[in-house]
Amino acid sequence: MNLKPLFEPKTMAVIGISAGNDRHPANVIYAKNNHRYPVRVYAVNPRGGTLHNETIYPRVSEIPARIDLAVIATRAELVPDVMADCIAAGVKSATVISGGFSEGGRVDLQDRIVDMAREAGLPFIGPNCLGVYVPSRVDTFFLPIERMIKPEAGGVTFVSQSGGILVDHMIKFAQQGVGMAKAVSIGNKAFVREKELLAYLSHDPATKVIAYYIEGFGEGEGRAFVQAADVCAKPVVIMKSGKTAAGNRAVSSHTASLAGDYASFAAAVAQHNIIEAANENELVSFCEVLSSYTRPIEGRIGIITGSGGHGAMAVDACSLAGLAVPELSDRTKTEIQNGLSESVRAIASLGNPADLTGSAVDDDFVACARVLGASPEIDCVVVLLLPYIPGVSLDIGVRLSAVSRQSGKPFIAYVPHVEKYNMLIEGFELNGIPASSSIEGAVLMAKALARRSSC
Amino acid sequence: MLNREIKAILEKSRKWGWVLEPDAQKILSLYGFKTPKFGVAATGGEAAVIAHKIGYPVVAKIVSPAVVHKSDVKGVVVGIKDDETLIRTLERLSGIDGFAGMLIAETVKGVELIIGAKNDFQFGPMVLLGMGGVGVEIYKDVSLRMAPLKPKDAEHMIGELAARKLLTGYRGSTPVHLNALTKTLVHFSKRIMELADVVESVDLNPVMCNAKSCIVADARIMLKK
Repeated sequence: MNLKPLFEPKTMAVIGISAGNDRHPANVIYAKNNHRYPVRVYAVNPRGGTLHNETIYPRVSEIPARIDLAVIATRAELVPDVMADCIAAGVKSATVISGGFSEGGRVDLQDRIVDMAREAGLPFIGPNCLGVYVPSRVDTFFLPIERMIKPEAGGVTFVSQSGGILVDHMIKFAQQGVGMAKAVSIGNKAFVREKELLAYLSHDPATKVIAYYIEGFGEGEGRAFVQAADVCAKPVVIMKSGKTAAGNRAVSSHTASLAGDYASFAAAVAQHNIIEAANENELVSFCEVLSSYTRPIEGRIGIITGSGGHGAMAVDACSLAGLAVPELSDRTKTEIQNGLSESVRAIASLGNPADLTGSAVDDDFVACARVLGASPEIDCVVVLLLPYIPGVSLDIGVRLSAVSRQSGKPFIAYVPHVEKYNMLIEGFELNGIPASSSIEGAVLMAKALARRSSC
Repeated sequence: MLNREIKAILEKSRKWGWVLEPDAQKILSLYGFKTPKFGVAATGGEAAVIAHKIGYPVVAKIVSPAVVHKSDVKGVVVGIKDDETLIRTLERLSGIDGFAGMLIAETVKGVELIIGAKNDFQFGPMVLLGMGGVGVEIYKDVSLRMAPLKPKDAEHMIGELAARKLLTGYRGSTPVHLNALTKTLVHFSKRIMELADVVESVDLNPVMCNAKSCIVADARIMLKK
């Protein structure tokens, strides 16, 4: 199944264009791609005519070009006919935006288009979906361009059964400075499903982390998916909904009662090296850190802080997350001490966490980070950075990122996220150190790195 | 591959939707699991003969197609030491709905575990390990994996139990044979894959694990409809 035309189309037909309503989904999709992305877009409607002086073709087969991607946004009953036309015209991929299939009781209609597509070898996304968004390539979401928030181009691809959840997470990724490679809304996932996308994305150079929002799998589909994810070289993150439904069915064996649908899901996923995010915060944190660092850690965390309270909170969070915060050897402590400025040396408390106090300056953070970066006692450094400490400058992010690269160990920062500190935060993030807006979030990032190796 | 004898038992059990305990034990022993010595009696005389052959103390259990959960109808009696108690027990059990005999089994000792399987809609056969006995759904101390298991998976499952210390020796108790438990789990997970088309769920509860081996002391096999 070749999905490249779906994600990197050179030619695209939008079917179901309205000649009079610019807010029609098909028109929105046409307008946002036409002349904005490197894709030639053709409008299609059986009635023909023109749209803002451009030709509306009655059928895909009448377009004078071979179409890479057909975006079908007609009424559901018309989709089989449109698909037949696409197949006849040699269209290479499609996304069916239209609703009114299995989700509305028309399983028959859905089965019909799946049978057609399968026989013709035409991969399609949907139906009942938003389709695909690829930065600087293509955008089939029928959301007006001025209302969308798009993250920067980056390493995360998010595949979602729900279009709404997908768009919401694009906002969250953008807020957190997490770049996306692709956003894919698969709707009823009648033909192209999680597993087919995994196969494509595992070889997609732009994608570093593959994230999924999953409501449920079909019969046996979960098994095939987790087994494929297990051998995927890229980290796979899943967020699941519908964890509580169907748990109350009367069952006659203890095992069936204890191994409920979600318990089985969680167990199967964890067993196959997939990282399950419990909620949206975890999902965003996991994706951010996994797109920064590819090597798993064992989970021995070194904490550098400018405040004792922050250090204590981080230790608690580590403990809850199953991460170790090992006591440092005397030798390491002495090494740190020797690197500190004189005034800080007298007041810093150098265990783990290493509390450099509010008197610390950039040099103290860097000196301490160098020692922890070189020490075999820890394999990941969490820096709790308080931007209001007078001795901390805007250079701290880039300087610590140099230490991280040199040591080969992942560094994770906590910085309160308010606009005032944006340049400082970007000093970390643009230089490759993920920065969380909460202590817990920073620890969750470390947990994601540790969980990658647990199976 | 399912052998002919196992197939025949499963076929005959379809009318009840589950496999009666003596038949379930038979399947397990055909598969090579360790099971207690047992016999089924309809009369006091038969019961006594079986009990003498096995040796007291014995366990007595109701056999009835109408009773899936034996404990719920007081259908399990442990620690029977003499003919008199045995015969009295049979008289009482014969009054239970659907009475088809009384199973008399050897008493086995060990830590009570549950090893179970469930055919999950999304993920297919899943294997469960937990602290067993009647309290299994109260403590919910269980670990789950997709079948089939590799030995490493089985070891992780054991390690996940909150009560794992009871298995590795706690306050002077003898540790159970962990290798036997691992092997039992792996073997069970493979058999469950073979049975996936016909079996809905399985409870081996309790599985008695001691320093020497793991013995399946009771088994419930629910069939697909």
